[in-house]
Order: sequence, then structure tokens, then C-alpha cells
Amino acid sequence: MQGAFQKHQNMLEELGVNSIAVRYEGDLDKIDGLILPGGESTTITSLLNTHKLWNAINIFVHNKPVFGTCAGAIMLSQSAHDKRVSPFGIMDVEAERNAYGRQIESFSTSINIDNMDLKEFHAVFIRAPRLRILSKDVEILATFNHSPVLVRQGRAIASTFHPELSQNLGIHKWFVNEIKHQKVL
Amino acid sequence: MEKGSFELKVGLAEMLKGGVIMDVTNAEQAKIAEDAGAVAVMALERIPSDIRKDGGIARMSDPKMIKEIQETVSIPVMAKCRIGHIAEANILEALSIDFIDESEVLTPADEANHVWKHDYKTPFVCGATNLAEALRRIGEGAAMIRTKGEAGTGNVVEAVRHMRTIVSEIKMLTQKRQEELMAIAKEMGAPFHLVELVAKTGKLPVPNFSAGGMATPADAALMMLLGAESVFVGSGIFMSEDPASRAKAIVDATTFYNDPEKLAAISYGLKPGMKGLDMSEIPANERLQDRGW
Repeated sequence: MQGAFQKHQNMLEELGVNSIAVRYEGDLDKIDGLILPGGESTTITSLLNTHKLWNAINIFVHNKPVFGTCAGAIMLSQSAHDKRVSPFGIMDVEAERNAYGRQIESFSTSINIDNMDLKEFHAVFIRAPRLRILSKDVEILATFNHSPVLVRQGRAIASTFHPELSQNLGIHKWFVNEIKHQKVL
Repeated sequence: MEKGSFELKVGLAEMLKGGVIMDVTNAEQAKIAEDAGAVAVMALERIPSDIRKDGGIARMSDPKMIKEIQETVSIPVMAKCRIGHIAEANILEALSIDFIDESEVLTPADEANHVWKHDYKTPFVCGATNLAEALRRIGEGAAMIRTKGEAGTGNVVEAVRHMRTIVSEIKMLTQKRQEELMAIAKEMGAPFHLVELVAKTGKLPVPNFSAGGMATPADAALMMLLGAESVFVGSGIFMSEDPASRAKAIVDATTFYNDPEKLAAISYGLKPGMKGLDMSEIPANERLQDRGW
């Protein structure tokens, strides 16, 4: 709907995976997994509500693999404590929007993601949110300064940084493999 | 950990893609813009059509007004500095503004030099009327380019001209052989390494947005169809009779720019937009797009 979806699509293309930008309810029937990109969560909420996509995506994310980055991660949380944003609540985390501050506080750093075998992954944080874990069912895959920045619960993963802005396809590759694995099950 | 890198500046511009950035002059308008789904707001004292009408020198906004807007909305807040006004740029960075627009809408402070934007941690957006101008601004460190259009007119014709020029010049570059690029760079007056990069990739190295004269949902859709990655709307919203509905309609049209039926529904029954100005009504020396080079 809005945000860095083209960058995600470029990465999927590099991995030889077909992708579409979802704008209509019917688009969801054509896909096996969904990436909720970074952008502005207030804008995304407004567009999903106006164009009657919120319910359809809510059903999708409860049943199929989903990967949320930054604003997308906020959309997967239980709450962002902000009435301008309506998250789907499929992950037991709370999100604090723009938790590190304004753009001038945006940063990049190296993180290790052991479960995905990714060492020194270049993680780009843009006006990033911070996640608070609410249950043991949430698996923390990576942290930065003791805060979780990549988490997994069931079929969903969420990052507070932007893997689509790095040159590293690792997380996308892992997500695509998860989708393939889920399809077989 | 790194802050203020070019990658991070362009990163924020990436997040604004497919969205609408709206000019606002106070916190109340900023709230209307955010509620309508704007991805960012541009805080400025007077909207371009009033600047045009009132005349005088247009300067950076009062930090008090900028602060009030920052406290009201959660989306990024942008503000304008005059072309070449290093001190205004410094002040906006001190205010933690999310994006600085070095803008021809304000009265230029320096007729020869633009701000050296690499010196800042804050990303900059600059206007351009053609590819060479865009590449000069990127060479100085701009993390986003927008067409200049002709601000404050409600007339999209100049934005169309600038976007078509930029897109066709990019296409032209991709058809050139390597040994021709140096002569082209000399001719254009653009940095060679950027000319070479555009020839190789077929696109600008930073997001390419559109601004200047958009007044209707169809105008926004038009600019997206021509290759804009997002749109700025200035006077078009708050000079219209029902800003909230028009703002929302323009946001929707930017997402569904390629769906005529949706666009028809989005445009249906909107209250009148701003009256607008034909280019022939503007004396050549009052054209904002000719400021900067």
C-alpha cells in the first residue's frame, strides 16, 4: 500500500521468487506469504481501513507466513499504544513507535542472527520502534543493546530494522524457505 | 554504530515512497494531514500560493511553530531552508527536523551556492527541473529529489514538464556508450560519477518524488504514472474548500494511481479545489522554478 515494498520485491526477485504488491483483497489468494514493509504505520492503517483490506489481511496473517519490518513489525504487535495505528496482534509483543527518536537518531550497526547463521548482518534502523516481549512464546532471534530487534512467533517474524536496505539477502532467503516448508506441511 | 550516513538518509526517503507529503502551516493542519494518511508533513509559515500573493521575502519557519507540529504528529516533519542558507539549515538540524527541503519556494539566500548537504546528519530534499540539476544536488548530498513544478499555482503542467524531462534524460543516458559519458557530463554540467551511475542503472540513486502544482487526486495519479515515487502537495490541500476530504482523496489516489475505477470513486463529489493559475498569468521573473540552478 505504502512504503519500501519495491526494495523487498527487488530482493525476492534476486532470490528467484515471484512477488506482487498487494492492493486488493483478491491479491491475497495469489500469494503464499506476506511481507509487511516499512513505511508510516499511520498511513498504512488509514489505507487498510479505507480500502477494506484490514480484515482480509488479518485473516491472512493468522494463517500464513508473514514477515513485518519496522512499521510492518508494529502492525504485527498486540499494541503500539497509539490510536492512530491498528495492529493485527498476532505476536505477543508491544511496540513503541519511533523509540530511538527522530531521523537524526537513525543508525546502522552489525548484528548476529545465530538461528539463521548470519554473522555481522548490516542492520539499518530508520526511526525504528522498540519491542517489548509479552510472552515466552516469542523467540528472540537477534538483539541490539539488549533490545530484541528480530523476533519470531509461530509463522510470523518481525524486525525493527530494514533488511531490504542492506545488501544481504539472508533473512529474505530464510523467510522464503519457511514459506516453502509451511506449504509442504 | 553509525549515524547520519547517506544510506540512512536515503533509507528514510525509501520509507516515504508511495505516499503524500503535505504542506502545513500549524499544528491543527498537521493533525488533519496525519489523519488523512500523509506520510510526512512540511512545516512552513505560509503555503506557496500565499507567498506568491503576499510577495516579500519568504524565510525559514519559526522554530516555535515547527516544535508545535513535531509535538502534534508522529509522522516525519520536514521544513524548508532558503537555497544556500547554511545557518537556517543548521537551525533546522538543531531542531531535529526529519528532512530539510532546500527550497526555491523560499527566497534564495545565495545565488551561486547551494548548501553542502554532506555536512549534515539530517537528510535533504532538493527540487530539480532536469536531470543535470538533480545530479548536481545529489552530488552536494541530497537524499531525495523532487520536481520543482511551479509551486502555489494549482497547475500541474510544470511538474509534468520536469518529470518527463528527468525521465527521458535518464533513458537517453542508458543508451549511450561509456566513452560518450564524459562529453555528456561536461555538456550537462553534472558530476561524471553520477552520470555514469545513472547510465548504468537507468535510475536516480535516490528516490525521485514530485512537487509543484498538484491540486487534485488525478494530478497525484498523473505524476505517479509518469514515474514519481511519491508526491508533495502544497497549496492544493489547504487552499481547497474541504481540506480533510481532499487530503484523504489524494492519499488514496497515490496508492491506486493505476486503477481508473477507483480513481473515479476517489474523485467523486469533492468540494471545489483551489482556483489555480495559468503559467501565462505569472511574469517570468516571478517563476519560483528558476531559482537555484
